[in-house]
Amino acid sequence: MTADTPTQAPASTPGFRDGDPPEVRLLAQMLLVRRFEERCVELYSAGSIRGFLHVYVGEEAVATGVMSALEPDDAVVATYREHGHALLKGMSARAVMAEMYGKVTGCARGRGGSMHLFEAATRFYGGNAIVGGGLPLAIGLALADRLAGRDRVTACFFGEGAMAEGEFHESVNLAALWRLPVLFVCENNLYAMGTALARSESETNLAVKAAAYELPAWSVDGMDVLAVAEAADRAVQAIRAGGGPHFLEARTFRFRAHSMFDPERYREKAEVEQWKQRDPIELLRGRLVGQGTLAEADLAVMEAEVAAVVDDAAAFAEESPLEDLADLELYVHDPASSVLRRAPLLAAAREGVAP
Amino acid sequence: MAVLTMAKAINTGLAVAMREDPKVLVMGEDVGRLGGVFRVTDGLQAEFGEERVIDTPLAESGIIGTAVGLAMRGYAPVCEIQFDGFIFPAFDQITTQVARLHLRSDGALCMRVVIRVPSGGGIGAVEHHSESPEAYFAHTPGLRIVTPSNPVDAFTMIRQAVAHPDPVLFLEPKRRYWEKAEVDVTAALPPSIDLFRARVVRRGSDATLLCWGPMVRTCLEAAQADTRDLEVVDARSLAPLDLATIVESVARTGRLVVVHEAPVTGGLGAEIAAAVTEACFYQLEAPVLRVGGFSVPYPPARLEDIYLPDLDRVLEAVDRAMAY
Ligand SMILES: Cc1ncc(C[n+]2csc(CCOP(=O)(O)OP(=O)(O)O)c2C)c(N)n1
Ligand SMILES: [Mg+2]
Repeated sequence: MTADTPTQAPASTPGFRDGDPPEVRLLAQMLLVRRFEERCVELYSAGSIRGFLHVYVGEEAVATGVMSALEPDDAVVATYREHGHALLKGMSARAVMAEMYGKVTGCARGRGGSMHLFEAATRFYGGNAIVGGGLPLAIGLALADRLAGRDRVTACFFGEGAMAEGEFHESVNLAALWRLPVLFVCENNLYAMGTALARSESETNLAVKAAAYELPAWSVDGMDVLAVAEAADRAVQAIRAGGGPHFLEARTFRFRAHSMFDPERYREKAEVEQWKQRDPIELLRGRLVGQGTLAEADLAVMEAEVAAVVDDAAAFAEESPLEDLADLELYVHDPASSVLRRAPLLAAAREGVAP
Repeated sequence: MAVLTMAKAINTGLAVAMREDPKVLVMGEDVGRLGGVFRVTDGLQAEFGEERVIDTPLAESGIIGTAVGLAMRGYAPVCEIQFDGFIFPAFDQITTQVARLHLRSDGALCMRVVIRVPSGGGIGAVEHHSESPEAYFAHTPGLRIVTPSNPVDAFTMIRQAVAHPDPVLFLEPKRRYWEKAEVDVTAALPPSIDLFRARVVRRGSDATLLCWGPMVRTCLEAAQADTRDLEVVDARSLAPLDLATIVESVARTGRLVVVHEAPVTGGLGAEIAAAVTEACFYQLEAPVLRVGGFSVPYPPARLEDIYLPDLDRVLEAVDRAMAY
């Protein structure tokens, strides 16, 4: 199957109805990401999700705002902190949660897990456990679109830590040199694991750094989803109009640890608390309630609908089967070359496993 | 004597090496203030300062390249690559610069660089965090590769690696980081040539199990659980391979099973099988057999136990070897 045409309509947003103002959709989307992530943390602690887990709590406004500027057939490349991006791109909560569980009903048969969500049909070209690893892929996706004469944008998300890697610099230079339709989105949450921005970047104004490659680059308040949406919209329109790549730095903060194994020795509690005062969901919720767009009762409905989607995803993942071990080598190569499969080895491995 | 985990033994060995030689530096991502993801460099920055224990940005290629320049000027950098899978951004510098500069400088410069890599699986991590990349590097002339299997060796081998004039890739079996043993932290450093010696860790006469790093314990347990008299050899050094010790063992037992975590295809077991077959052709009672990972990317946590060689897989190979 080629990945050129989305085969699925974007999933509908729980808590949002056609006719509601677009800000309500942004709120509902951020809430979905938040509640999904919180459930993941619980499920990780319970041992249902294994491996690594990096959640996006606090940063929801960035992906939500940027994605609101994209069309369904625009492409997205993300990092290992990508559960929210996958949901927002239109992957079903079931496929995402089942993947986290390692179940065969997951988007990658449970082999990719939390850091490698992927769905070509949705044009979600993956999480990536390698910091900086996704950036060059975005260049190729954008070049392919241009070669095929398609009017599409590739949005590439990465943390500020990735800007120290060579792949960032190679990629931005290529995109600018060839004027490719790429939106670079730097999710600057001020820390790369334990390393604060000022200890990893010679120029901490990241838009200034990126602008050296001769592309429009600016920063936006990453806790304000409306500001992110507006900035992304401006960039995407300019890119579609042939304006070449753009760079957007969203200043944000992760409220939780880097991953589930992080004692957070590198930052003060006070700093975290200060950022929590600017919780992107609370900011928008306050605004919408304040201006009378939403009533508390609407919020309760939204919470309930979001919870139902998350519950359903978790139940689905829980009940789903594991992949049959005999299929372990499927898609390592083209299945047509299955003559190379090492059946005896797998059979030997299987003997140790309860049916 | 002190009871140390392997992680602490390496940490202690590094501290000793840094105290003895001011040219020794430590560098890597979050190695200083944080003390490393596995806490192997914990406390070193507090003792030796930020100039000798250097926190770097995310820049694996840059870290190793910087180490090359430092080594050219007489420093002895010990670089940490946070996880096995992140060594690949530095693959270029390691294989094209680190491995070749001694030769290129006509012997004038030595590349006294240690590259520490927490590697292998078994901790419920996933691909890029559980890999055994030794074969890629063993293929490259100019590199040394060693891997300890226990805290006692870890304490000694890290110091020998730091003292050695050649570049050494130091693979740390992360699933064994928390295993403990009594370590004599005042022991004098054995000659560095010992770093490249394999060791017979269990005597036996029916077959030899050759393994390293994380698989040594697995093989010892397999040998203990079995009724046959199995010899276990810890290779310790993967480049160079101590063929003398390996061949001596196989010549006595007549059978060899090589066990590693990395995929069998193109793995070091193939190199060993070829070398041993050539050296022991007339003593071998069975072909050299290999037990290793499958030729798939490292699988998710729930399949780890199936992917990693275990007692059953090791002993099944012994069965096959004995059946010839
Ligand atoms: C090439 C590579 N080096 C190191 C790592 C280990 N690592 C994983 S996430 C991370 C921090 C990345 O920070 P940033 O890019 O700012 O993203 P954030 O986690 O803050 O979202 C590090 C060092 C990795 N995954 N890949
Ligand atoms: Mg960051």
